[in-house]
Amino acid sequence: MTANGKPKFAMYWAAACGGCEIAVLNIHEKILDVDANFEVVFWPVAMDAKYKDVEAMPDQSITLCLLNGAIRNSENQHIAELLRRKAKILVAFGSCACEGGFPALSNLTTVEETLDTAFFSVSTDNPQKVLPQVSFAAAEGELVIPHMYSVVKSLDQVVPVDYYMPGCPPESEQIAAVVELVIKALKGEATLPPAGAVIGAGTSTVCDECKRARNEKKIKGFTRIQDFRPDPALCLLEQGILCNGPATRNGCTARCPTAGVPCIGCYGPTDGARDFGARLMSAVASVIDSNDPQEIERILDGIPDVVGSFYHTNLAGSLLKASKPTWEEEQHAAPHN
Amino acid sequence: MTEKIGVYICHCGSNIAGTVDCPEVSRWAAEALKARGVVVARDYKFMCSSLGQELIEKDIKELGLTRVVVGACSPHLHEPTFRGACGRAGLNPYLCEMVSLREQVSWVHTDKAAATAKAKAVVSGGVERVIHHEPLESLRVPIHPATLIVGGGIAGIQAALEIADSGTPVYLVEREPSIGGHMAQFDKTFPTLDCSACILTPKMVTVGAHPNITMLTYAEVTNVDGFVGNFAVTIRQKPRYVKADLCNGCAVCEEKCPKKVVDEVFEAGLGYRKVIYRPFAQAVPKYPVIDRENCTFFLKGTCKACEKFCPTGAIDFEQKEEIITIQVGNIILATGFDLFDARRIPQFGLGRLPNVFSSLEFERLCNAAGPTNGRVVMRDGVTTPRAVGIVHCVGSRDKHYNNYCSSICCMQSLKFAHLVEERTGATVYNFYIDMRTPAKGYDEFYQRLLEEGVIFIRGRVAEVTDVPQRPEEEGRLVVQVEDTLIGQQRRIPLDMVILSAGLEPRHDAKQVAKMFGISCSADGWYIEKHPKLDPIATMTEGIYIAGVAQGPKDIPASVAQGAAAAARVMGRIQQKEIALEPVRASIDETRCSGCRICNNMCPFNAILYHADKAVSEVNPALCQGCGTCVAACPAGAISGTVFSDQQVLSQLEGLLLRNLQPATV
Amino acid sequence: MTEVFEPVIIGFTCNWCSYRAADLAGIGRMKYPPNIRLIRLMCSGRLDPTFVLKALASGADGVMISGCHPGECHYLEQNYKAMRRYHLLKRMLTQMGVEPGRVKLVWASAAEGARLASEITKMVEEVRALGPLNWPTAGAAAALPEKPAALEVPA
Repeated sequence: MTANGKPKFAMYWAAACGGCEIAVLNIHEKILDVDANFEVVFWPVAMDAKYKDVEAMPDQSITLCLLNGAIRNSENQHIAELLRRKAKILVAFGSCACEGGFPALSNLTTVEETLDTAFFSVSTDNPQKVLPQVSFAAAEGELVIPHMYSVVKSLDQVVPVDYYMPGCPPESEQIAAVVELVIKALKGEATLPPAGAVIGAGTSTVCDECKRARNEKKIKGFTRIQDFRPDPALCLLEQGILCNGPATRNGCTARCPTAGVPCIGCYGPTDGARDFGARLMSAVASVIDSNDPQEIERILDGIPDVVGSFYHTNLAGSLLKASKPTWEEEQHAAPHN
Repeated sequence: MTEKIGVYICHCGSNIAGTVDCPEVSRWAAEALKARGVVVARDYKFMCSSLGQELIEKDIKELGLTRVVVGACSPHLHEPTFRGACGRAGLNPYLCEMVSLREQVSWVHTDKAAATAKAKAVVSGGVERVIHHEPLESLRVPIHPATLIVGGGIAGIQAALEIADSGTPVYLVEREPSIGGHMAQFDKTFPTLDCSACILTPKMVTVGAHPNITMLTYAEVTNVDGFVGNFAVTIRQKPRYVKADLCNGCAVCEEKCPKKVVDEVFEAGLGYRKVIYRPFAQAVPKYPVIDRENCTFFLKGTCKACEKFCPTGAIDFEQKEEIITIQVGNIILATGFDLFDARRIPQFGLGRLPNVFSSLEFERLCNAAGPTNGRVVMRDGVTTPRAVGIVHCVGSRDKHYNNYCSSICCMQSLKFAHLVEERTGATVYNFYIDMRTPAKGYDEFYQRLLEEGVIFIRGRVAEVTDVPQRPEEEGRLVVQVEDTLIGQQRRIPLDMVILSAGLEPRHDAKQVAKMFGISCSADGWYIEKHPKLDPIATMTEGIYIAGVAQGPKDIPASVAQGAAAAARVMGRIQQKEIALEPVRASIDETRCSGCRICNNMCPFNAILYHADKAVSEVNPALCQGCGTCVAACPAGAISGTVFSDQQVLSQLEGLLLRNLQPATV
Repeated sequence: MTEVFEPVIIGFTCNWCSYRAADLAGIGRMKYPPNIRLIRLMCSGRLDPTFVLKALASGADGVMISGCHPGECHYLEQNYKAMRRYHLLKRMLTQMGVEPGRVKLVWASAAEGARLASEITKMVEEVRALGPLNWPTAGAAAALPEKPAALEVPA
């Protein structure tokens, strides 16, 4: 609580794109409620603040902290640990914090390969083969920048998390609803769900909110929306388009299928799922309309990137988490911080 | 809340104890798995004995055990035993888990240390799993007393009579205009040489007159809904264009009908029938049918001779098909077989060489009521053959056609040999691979034919040809065969060749099976519950199979199976209700989004989609508990009892001994 | 002294065919290495890819999936669904760097005890040659003690 009695609010972006920040700002006039009910003490996109300011705060003094972005480098981890100490309620906000998000697809490769592609491949003019280093002895002293971890992690893999709010980004209406709930809870007018719950989302899947017509599924081939004219009124999966909707938690109003694109699963798995991709793979494979191994293989050729298609935003939260080469690089790397 | 788990390790004499250190496993379980809830662990020589079971019962009562794990032989042997022991002691039987330490550990491994270590892991898996077991009750469903029998051949007739005689109602549905099946087409039956119709027709008449049997002939089942004890079956009664209540079976219509067509069904294409016809004279029911596709009235609007001459005015060209729905508790499928089409083997010449006959054609030839009045003559209808060859195993025991043995063709071929000899005095050759004469009187029949001078040549026939190579072959058929007993190729000139074609499943057996929720084997016969111990039940409760539909067999075996299926049904009816194993899937409506991915996962049609609520639902009485839908659900909204996710994943953790470590990610 | 690596393989069997095949192998006293530990499912169609991933992530070095031959499934056609899932799962595992030899699908009817035993023996050797999987999410080692049975597994 600050001097003016308002509970403190913080929002931080780790390995993120900024979309979650925009989603929060997108709650339109409700942002005034945030301002009226909270004191924003730390939010890099919206205001200037230094890490040392946060370090100086008493533990558990930040009532609500929304942390978005995956844990990709030592700075992300450091701030995540810091904010965990300083926050009462820490929300893994957005798909990246919840299950690794898109950055987690980096778990299919190594940091070495990533840097190689970025700095040495044809898209970069780098004749001196300069590669960024974690530390550099400058005249003024040693400069240190965060180093990248081989394995991208979700927030709860580095600190305990109170709530999960999935989405890429979470729907602004859902954010507004959660903000309202927290404000009410602080006033004693509502109770928060049990710790560890997924908030701002439903208990079923995207299909529940999708208006497309659904029949029995019999897939003879996989294709993409640009390859033909999909029927806007019919289930995308039935038309051979790999929509993740059936395995994805609802709450987003099925925005993407409504707009004509397949769901990418950003709201993550349902309560009944231990591994998002495993559930989706099981479901999709089950409805392939063939009993012949060769034909099945031919149909599966229509999904060139299996991990990418089934774990768009959920790889860090999966059972295997990262590929073998990624793990091997992680195990040989210097210990973290 | 921790469960109180009792662990019991069986020595099984030295079967397990000889390789696995049972006292050590028991000691280890009590200590290492104590934190997981194991309060007692014992090892004993024979857990399945009454003393062994008493150990469990005593511990349940005195220690208040809430879960039991037994490490012994295969659950397929003694799971019911230990479940029973738990039940007697007041613990729900499904809170007991049995793990195999014998068939899958002590009997298959030699390294004692490794086997003991594996036994520990297996027990650990069982303990972790059982924690997540729930108390379950068998599902009890009532049994409707009526029975449906599909197929009016000898197996179906036998079943119908047995059930009807016991006092409960039977519906007998038959596709053809008359019951009787293939047996009605035969002349004599082996080995007694009883006239087929003479032994069959009295039974047919009894069926027709039986107060408890509703015969629906010229009818087909189109849909089956429901589950054991409670089936709703839709039947399409095809229009006969004859009013059954007015027809007196005088057959004047048949006499006066001016149009004849080849009878492909009953006469096997050898003879003719009228367009208004009964398949044979002793047809039950006696009412004819009009073959609409060939009837002059339906084709051109003229004739109506039958109507003009019918003394009772029973002809009704306006008659419509009827859709009938019946409620039954049990169903017996006795749909019989089709004959292998020997034209698929072109080198045997059926359909090309006039004097090559299929077995069914020959039956009709021999039959006194057949197209030649029982005279065995060549295709010209006049000439008596002087030499006849009978080819065994046509389309059977042949990887190009059907791999299996059709069971009856050897006896049938011997019967043909006898009939040919008796009626024509011709020289008869039987071309066989093996002589299969297993039942009562069968081999004696074969021996008799040896004495009657039939010539048996052991060898597969290479071809039947009319192309002569020597003068004595001119104008005759020649069978080219390797006589394996003398090791020489032979060419045998004959006048007539009979192909003992094999038996095949009905051409639509797969669709019929699907409609009833059962399955066909790779060969196409209906699959029985157990090939040795339960040949007339299927995996689907309430659906039974009998006769050749289950696999090639002779008439006595078909009758026996019809009676067996009837006995099973009568037992069920008498019990009034049936208990079903509680291995089931169920869908959590709050989690189901109605994506419908599960809808075509169930071959038993147990999953329904409710469009109004946009959710799917599993019918527990139809569900067989395979768990495929549980694995397929992308939302994880379907759970399965007895093999739930939680149970399997916990067993996995236990098997990998992860339960012994402090909790990690 | 070099210790021989003893892989741990989890085998999923179906109640009607492959579990009975395993029992038959036992009845016939056919021998196979103790490295495999079996889990009984009612049907191979129950096999959830989650189970396979959990096994690999929890310390198993390999997974064998077995069921009735196509066309002979006790539940009519459910093994086909298992097969479809297996094909997709294999592609995913390959992309994740898990060697193809670690997850295998074997059809075995209730009569094929000898064949199942030989398939298990083959797979144990194949996985042995691949070495431990040691997936880093497994936590502490979950291998069996190589020492005599008298020694306890640490609690």
